[in-house]
Amino acid sequence: MKRALTLAASVLALAAAPAAAQDFVITNATLATGDGSEPIERGVVVVDDGKVAYAGPQAGAGAFETDTVYDVAGAWVTPGLVATVTTLGLADVSGVSESNDVRPGSSPFNAALDVAPAINPSSQHILVHRAAGITRAATVTSPAGSIFGGQGAIIDLGADGQPVTRAKAFQVVAFGEGGARLAGGSRVATYVAFANALREAQDFARGRWDAESAMLTRADAEALGPVVAGEQALYVSVERASDIRSVLGLKRDFPRLDLVLVGASEGWLVAREIAAAGVPVIADGLDDLPNSFEELASTQSNVGRLAKAGVKVAINAATMENPRNLNQYAGNLVALARVPGADGLSWGQAFAAISSVPASISGLSGKAGVLAKGSMGDVVIWDGDPLEVGSVPTKVFIDGVEQPLDNHQTRLRDRYRELDESRLPEAFDW
Amino acid sequence: MRKSIKTIAAGTLAIALAACSTTGQSDTKSASSAPAKAEAPFPSTYTPYPGTPTALVNATIYDGKGGRIDKGTVFFSGGKIVSIGGPDTPVPADIAVFDGTGKFVTPGIIDIHSHLGDYPTPSVQAHSDGNEATSPTTPEVWAEHSVWPQDPGFTRALANGGVTSLQILPGSANLMGGRSATLKNVPARTVQGMKFPDAPYGFKMACGENPKRVYGGRGRMPSTRMGNFAVNRQTWLDAKAYDGKKRDLAKETLKGVLDGEILVHNHCYRADEMALVLDMAKEMGYKVSAFHHAVEAYKIGDLLRENDVCSAIWADWYGFKMESYDGILENAAFLQREDACVVIHSDDANGIQRLNQEAAKAQAAGKRVGIDISDAQVIRWITLNPAKAMGIDGMTGSLEAGKMADVVLWNGDPLSVYSRPEKVWIDGALMFDAMDRKRRPVSDFELGQPGEGDVK
Repeated sequence: MKRALTLAASVLALAAAPAAAQDFVITNATLATGDGSEPIERGVVVVDDGKVAYAGPQAGAGAFETDTVYDVAGAWVTPGLVATVTTLGLADVSGVSESNDVRPGSSPFNAALDVAPAINPSSQHILVHRAAGITRAATVTSPAGSIFGGQGAIIDLGADGQPVTRAKAFQVVAFGEGGARLAGGSRVATYVAFANALREAQDFARGRWDAESAMLTRADAEALGPVVAGEQALYVSVERASDIRSVLGLKRDFPRLDLVLVGASEGWLVAREIAAAGVPVIADGLDDLPNSFEELASTQSNVGRLAKAGVKVAINAATMENPRNLNQYAGNLVALARVPGADGLSWGQAFAAISSVPASISGLSGKAGVLAKGSMGDVVIWDGDPLEVGSVPTKVFIDGVEQPLDNHQTRLRDRYRELDESRLPEAFDW
Repeated sequence: MRKSIKTIAAGTLAIALAACSTTGQSDTKSASSAPAKAEAPFPSTYTPYPGTPTALVNATIYDGKGGRIDKGTVFFSGGKIVSIGGPDTPVPADIAVFDGTGKFVTPGIIDIHSHLGDYPTPSVQAHSDGNEATSPTTPEVWAEHSVWPQDPGFTRALANGGVTSLQILPGSANLMGGRSATLKNVPARTVQGMKFPDAPYGFKMACGENPKRVYGGRGRMPSTRMGNFAVNRQTWLDAKAYDGKKRDLAKETLKGVLDGEILVHNHCYRADEMALVLDMAKEMGYKVSAFHHAVEAYKIGDLLRENDVCSAIWADWYGFKMESYDGILENAAFLQREDACVVIHSDDANGIQRLNQEAAKAQAAGKRVGIDISDAQVIRWITLNPAKAMGIDGMTGSLEAGKMADVVLWNGDPLSVYSRPEKVWIDGALMFDAMDRKRRPVSDFELGQPGEGDVK
C-alpha cells in the first residue's frame, strides 16, 4: 500500500506518476551524497521507480507517494560504494586456479578479452562485498600474455542474473616493471609494443590491416580500435614518476587516448603534470613502502597531494586485501589531516574517492556513487560512520531493490554462534 | 610464507597465496623468565637508548591487561614504568609532562607474525630470505640470520602502527620452518642490535596446503596432509632420540622445543588440522603456543581454551586459498566468547601499520552478534596476549610498574580509523614523534632517494 508522505507542505505531491514497486523514502538520515560535500543531518532520500528523485535536506524535499518510509533515526545514509579496479565475479578462490579467471596467461588473445560473459553474480566475493556496501565495481582481467589485459566491465553487485552495467567499459595495459616483463624484459620494449599495437589497430580500422605481417591477432587489432579512437578508456598501470611522465606523453602520438592512471604510487611527484593533462588517477591509497624500485617515493599522502593539485583521484581497490576495505582506506586518509606534514582528505573528499569519483572514471558520472536527482537507486543505510572501521550496512539497495545481505560467511556465523553439539552435530544447524 | 601477489595490471585483487606462520610450543611462564644462556650465540647487543623521566597525564589509558583508566597518568623513568594510575598519581616535579587530554595511551603494539627483514622491501628476488624451501623440515635455520635491519618496513610499523616489539618468522613453505627472531622495533646496524633481550626463541611450523604443495609439486614427500603429519612425527621421534653428543643444529632446536624453552608458532588454517596438531603435540611431548592465521579457530574455541593455545588471526582475510574459505569476521569474538586467547596479527608489511584498526573491526563484528568486548580488552589482543604467546609478557605488553616503558601516545581513540600514534617510546626512549619531523627513523636504503624522510 502506498501512502502519501508530506515532507514539505508547500510542494505538490507527485501523485500523477505511477510509482514502481521499489519506491521508498528515507528520512532523518545523516546523509552523505557522495559528491564531495560534508554530511548533513536530517537528510531525506526519495527513490522513485528505481532512481533517486531527491536527496538533500528535509526542507528541500517535496511530497511523494511511496511504498515505504524508513525513518532511520540519524543513521548514516550514502550512495553505494563504487570499487575500482577489482576482479569481483572472476574468481571463487584466487589460489584455486580452476576457479580463477583473472589471468588468461595461455590465451592467444589479449586486448580482445572481454570479462562480461565470465562474471558470476553468485560468487561469494560478490555477496560479501554487497554486504559491505559496494554496489558497483569495475572488474577486469590482468595482463598476462601481453601488456594488454583485456576489456573490463562495470558491474552491479545485485542479487540477480544481470550483473553487467556496462560491458567493454575500458581496456587495461601494463607499463612500468610489470609491463616491461610482459613486453620482453625492458621498459623500452613496452613502448614499442604499445605503439605497434595501436598502429595495427588504426590499420584495422582503416581496412588496411594485413594478417601476414601483423603481430596482433585479428581480434586484438579490432579490439584496440576504440582505444586509439578515444572511445574506450585506457587504464594504464604505472607507478614511477618518470614512467608517469612518459605515459602522459603517449598522447603526442595518439592524441585521442582517454587515459586513466592506475597505481601511480609516485604520482605526487608529478601531480601538476597529471592535473594539467586532465588525466584521472586510481591511486593506491595507503601504500607507503618502497615495494619496488618504481615505488620508492610511495606515501599515504599520495592521494591527498594529488587531490590538492587538482587531480581527479579515486582510491584503488586492487591494492588492499579485499575491496571491502575501501572505506577503511578512505578513513585513514581523513586521519592524515591531523598528522603534521601529511596530506589527507576531508571526510567528504575521502568518501567521494570511493563513490562519485570512481563512478565518474567508470563513465557513470552523476549516475552512480552519488545521490542526486536521476541517479541510480543505489543506497546504503549504515550502522555507523561509513568510513569508521567496523561500520557495516544494515540495508543495501541497488537500482532501488533491497538486497539480501546473507552469504557463506553469515551462515557460518549463525551456525557457530554457539558450540553446542549435545543433541546433534553442528552440521544439522542450518 | 606469504606472498602478496601485487597486481601487474590494473584490475586484480591483492591475493595471498600462502600465508606463513609458526607454531609455538612451550610453557609461557617459564619462557618469559627463560634466562639467556651465557653461551647462546648471536646474543642481543641492544640496550635502551637514553630517555628522560616522562609522565603522560589526563589521558585515557588502556593498560594492556584489560583495564581502563580515565584521566589517567603513566609515569616512566630509567626505561621502566614507574607508576600508572588515576589523576591523583604522584608525579615528580621537573620531569617531562605531556598533557593527554583527548588522547589515549596504550602499551607498545606487538605483532606476533611479521616477515619484516626476512622479506624486506624492496621486494626483489635478492631480498627473498624468508623460506629455506629446500627441505620440508629445516629446524636448523634461524630467521635472525635473514633479517635485514635496514628494511624500511620497520619504520612504518613504528610510526603508523605504534609497534614496539615483533616476532619475525620464517615462511610457511616448510612443515618446520626454523627459529623465529623476537625484536625490539629499534633501528640498528645489526640484527643483534634489535634482538629483544632474554626473549625465548619461537619455532615456526606450518600445516596444510603450503608444505604439501611446495614439496608434492617436486614429487617428494609430503604431497598430502597425511604426508605432512608423517614427516612431522618422524622428525620429532628422531629428535627425541638425540643424545646431544654431536652438535646438530636441527635437533638442538627441536630439543629446545621438547624442553619447553622454544615456543611453537604453528601456521594452521583449518579447525580439524589444529585439532590433529594438538594431539601430535601431546604424543611428542611439546606444547603449541599459538596457531597463526587460524581462520577456522572459531569452530573449536572450546578446544583451544582447554589447551591454552592462542589464536593469532586477521580480522577479515578470507577466500584467497582453499583453506581460508571459511574465514568470518566474528572469529575473534567467538574465541573471546569461549574465553580462548585472541591475538590479532598482520603477516603483512602494510597490515602491521594498522593492527589497532584490525582489532576494532573484529570487535565490531562481535558487537553485532551480541558479544560486547570492551575497548580495553580489545587492546589486549595486540599487546599482552601476543606478549604472552611470545614469552615476553613478564617484560612488556602491559603498563605495569617495573615493566619496560614501551608506550604509545595516540592522538585519539586507537580503535578509531581517525587516530594515529603521536609519540612512541621504546624502553623509555622517544623513538617516534609525529610533532617533530626529525624524530622518525629513516633507513639507509632510503637516504638520497625520492621521498626520503617523508611522513610516509
